[in-house]
Amino acid sequence: MPILTQEQAKALLTKTLSYSKAEQCEINLSGADSGNIRYARNSVSTSGGTSTNSLVVTSAFGKKSGTATINEFDDASLEKVVRRSEELAKLAPENPEFMPFLGPQKYGPESPTFSESTAKMGAKERADAVQASLEQAKANKLTAAGFLSNSAGISALMNSKGLFAYNKYTNVAFNITVKTEDGKGSGYATKGYNDFTKLNAEAATAIAAKKALSSVAARAVEPGKYTVILEPTAVAVMLENLFFDMDARRADEGRSSMSKPGGKTKMGEQLLDERVNIYSDPWHPELPTAVWSGDGRPQEKVNWIEKGIVKNLYASRYWAQKTGIKSIPTPGGAIMQGGTKSLEELIKGTEKGILVTRLWYIRPVDPQTLLLTGLTRDGTFYIENGEIKFPVKNFRFNESPIIMLNNLEELGKSERTVSAESNINYILPPLKIRDFTFTSLSDAI
Amino acid sequence: MKRKDFLYLSGMGMGALLLPDLSAFGTPIDPLQALDGVDVKIKKELADVALNAAKSKGATYADIRIGRYLNQFVATREKRVQGVANTESYGVGIRVLANGCWGFAATNNVTKDAIAKAAEQAVAVAKANSKIQGEPVQLAPQKGYGEVSWKTPIEINAFEVPVKEKVDLLLNVNDIAMQNGANFVNSVIFAVNEQKYFASTDGSYIDQDVHRIYPNFNVTRIDRASGQFKTRNSLSSPMGKGYEYMHARPEDKVSGIVTRYKGRYDMLEDVKEAARVASEKIKAKSVEPGKYDLVLDPSHLWLTIHESVGHPTELDRVLGYEANYAGTSFLTLDKWESKKFKFGSDKVNIVADKTQVGSLGAVGYDDEGVKCKKWDLIKDGILVSYQAIRDQAHIIGLTESNGCCYSQGWDDVQFQRMPNVSLQPGKEKLSVDDMIKNVEKGIYIIGDGSFSIDQQRYNFQFGGQIFYEIKEGKIVGMLNDVAYQANTQEFWNSCNAVCDESDYRLGGSFNDGKGQPSQSSAVSHGSSTARFNGVNVINTARKI
Repeated sequence: MPILTQEQAKALLTKTLSYSKAEQCEINLSGADSGNIRYARNSVSTSGGTSTNSLVVTSAFGKKSGTATINEFDDASLEKVVRRSEELAKLAPENPEFMPFLGPQKYGPESPTFSESTAKMGAKERADAVQASLEQAKANKLTAAGFLSNSAGISALMNSKGLFAYNKYTNVAFNITVKTEDGKGSGYATKGYNDFTKLNAEAATAIAAKKALSSVAARAVEPGKYTVILEPTAVAVMLENLFFDMDARRADEGRSSMSKPGGKTKMGEQLLDERVNIYSDPWHPELPTAVWSGDGRPQEKVNWIEKGIVKNLYASRYWAQKTGIKSIPTPGGAIMQGGTKSLEELIKGTEKGILVTRLWYIRPVDPQTLLLTGLTRDGTFYIENGEIKFPVKNFRFNESPIIMLNNLEELGKSERTVSAESNINYILPPLKIRDFTFTSLSDAI
Repeated sequence: MKRKDFLYLSGMGMGALLLPDLSAFGTPIDPLQALDGVDVKIKKELADVALNAAKSKGATYADIRIGRYLNQFVATREKRVQGVANTESYGVGIRVLANGCWGFAATNNVTKDAIAKAAEQAVAVAKANSKIQGEPVQLAPQKGYGEVSWKTPIEINAFEVPVKEKVDLLLNVNDIAMQNGANFVNSVIFAVNEQKYFASTDGSYIDQDVHRIYPNFNVTRIDRASGQFKTRNSLSSPMGKGYEYMHARPEDKVSGIVTRYKGRYDMLEDVKEAARVASEKIKAKSVEPGKYDLVLDPSHLWLTIHESVGHPTELDRVLGYEANYAGTSFLTLDKWESKKFKFGSDKVNIVADKTQVGSLGAVGYDDEGVKCKKWDLIKDGILVSYQAIRDQAHIIGLTESNGCCYSQGWDDVQFQRMPNVSLQPGKEKLSVDDMIKNVEKGIYIIGDGSFSIDQQRYNFQFGGQIFYEIKEGKIVGMLNDVAYQANTQEFWNSCNAVCDESDYRLGGSFNDGKGQPSQSSAVSHGSSTARFNGVNVINTARKI
């Protein structure tokens, strides 16, 4: 089934809803076409494509609800899935936290999450992009391993309270690791876009190639506390753990880094350096996201951290109602306000420090302090007197993004980047941080 | 089960269970529907359509997997049922070799026409990709087995146990936790049934019925005044078993400072102890960093084996196929070729085994039709082999695959996945108590915790669930804020004792991630308690 327009989705959902006999009924429609190609050792290894469509129907009687799904769209199947969800609802235990579905909502203007160029991408476009990347790697006598994927899809929501929402989106993800022939140098690049025409696989490969070539013959430097400059993709994997922890319920329950002794939360507190401003904005031109959340709540521009102060926490509708806080859904992306300096200018202003281009295998160590561990990877360099002097061996770190954002020296210009851990896209600056804690050395390249 | 969905469902590392978006796993179905299999005769007919279509379009080899993947989740927190669902994912994946290149296509439309079309599409993909293919695929020969079948030897099919029984058990677990001082508790039972049919142009038609189960919980204890909170996870293991795993027997309990479990699990007993331990953790002293001799329980050591032995011996990582994501391996081919690379001390014997009864990796045949087996990876401390599948076997001089190819579903292409990788018990009689008696300054670690390792598997850091300080041969109290860091080779060379067979237990991962797009697989790791001398322990406490 091709990607449905807003009118087609509305018609299908209206028809499905007409079969409902429940007290309340809500239907989610989603569909996506996606494809990918993977390569390694300078050669394609696997590729694939999937096309999926599904209709998720939730029926409710009082506080009992049941959900059923179907991927056939003839009238009989549509009626069947509605009946099925009603039967399941009648059998389900009462859920004391069940919230009645939302009525009609006012959403902001459509966000440019869809790009025609990406929707038209096929195996040939993917293979061409990979070929350009491979040629760039081979020209430098390097070995490339990479992954390119694209998808185009829709999500739509309708319920018996009169709510309707629709969104159409596209995504492209490209990431590449390039190694020198002797295996002693390694570089990485990752890019995420809504619009395929913005992807330059050759240029991204060139960035990875440069890092690979300049990271050969890394020297061992004693672990300890260092001033570091983190490139945006390294910032992403640290900061997203802070974003994931901004849930009001867990903070209220006393079991997150947002909890305070005595049962309070850190809302309204100066948690971070006052230059830290983090927000989400569905209409940001470089990171457009859907203007409604999965449960139908509007997505708006939200300030999460303002001048280092915790301004908002996200919450389920149930928890927001129970505690009387504003009901804010988890955002589609996060944006950190940057400064004006480029990465090069940050390096230039650094007397002694380490340039970290990527962090990897990030795991929580202590949820109370949000202490994380992980390692540098694919290009780590020693900076002295404003210049990159030599590549250094990789480090393991143990650091908390909260401590890190209190040890902030400088912010560079923000850019769209991708977390290599979660694949989520963000807009983040490179950061210069003092006293970043490296606890041991790694021989990995 | 797909990894990202599992992580979402289990809220791993966050100590709580998020409300599951169950539709992500497959189509919700009635529990009774899960009990009907698809007729083998029908599957054979469909398989022949795919194989013939692929050959007629120019494929030199083709295989088809007709898969019906069933999941059941029962998730609760405190007094509330968060979600109960049965899901099904049913479809067909076809893999072909054409022009020396792999091609793959999948469809959820299980009809002869759609299958023939998918086979043609797979050939078209192979031909298109062959233009940017470097070296042609070399497939190790594999004899056809004809029509064969295999089933996990379960006693009770978890899908036949009423949901109410599971809900009642979990709510009882939660109740015990709360009565014993927990502030929060989440508990879950996952059950998986993979009904897999494989056929290939080699002449195999293999029907398999694979079962797995994973009960677990997490308790949280909060000291409101100080704002401190501590958690303890269950000491259960995911197993390749049926619901009989939930029926505890005295002979499956390992007594000691904390009760641990072998072939069966007592969830009610474990949660009571967990609530007590979580309270004790609030008061435990913070570790003094430094070198310690570590005594590692199998409930902990499985994860260290998984990350530092299982992954680096994967041949696709060694060769660079995973370079862009999970990484490569320090166990390069020259180390294996030397026949004298000292991976560990002579106490270290590690086997790969896809046949071990009750393990997560046990199947009769892998996902490319190779009969499963057991082989040595590390023998008396020396690296002797890797994990290889059909298109890699020739690289390490094998004439046949090791039989460790797997795909998480019908719609993902199969590739090399870790078999069960286990440390063999010590040959001489040695109990845990006797091991501890000889430790002057050490830490006894039970249960798995935080884990991180570099992309070539040299440098790792592990946490745990419970840490006991050992002084002059005695356990003297509980510790907090413990993590150990080591280099893989140095760590395994510091292994100076492994307890005997009587202490051998399986741990495992229900959701090991690898590949792009990422695929999940389930794998067990067995060991007896083992001792590692002079390992670097750091203190992880911070102030914010």
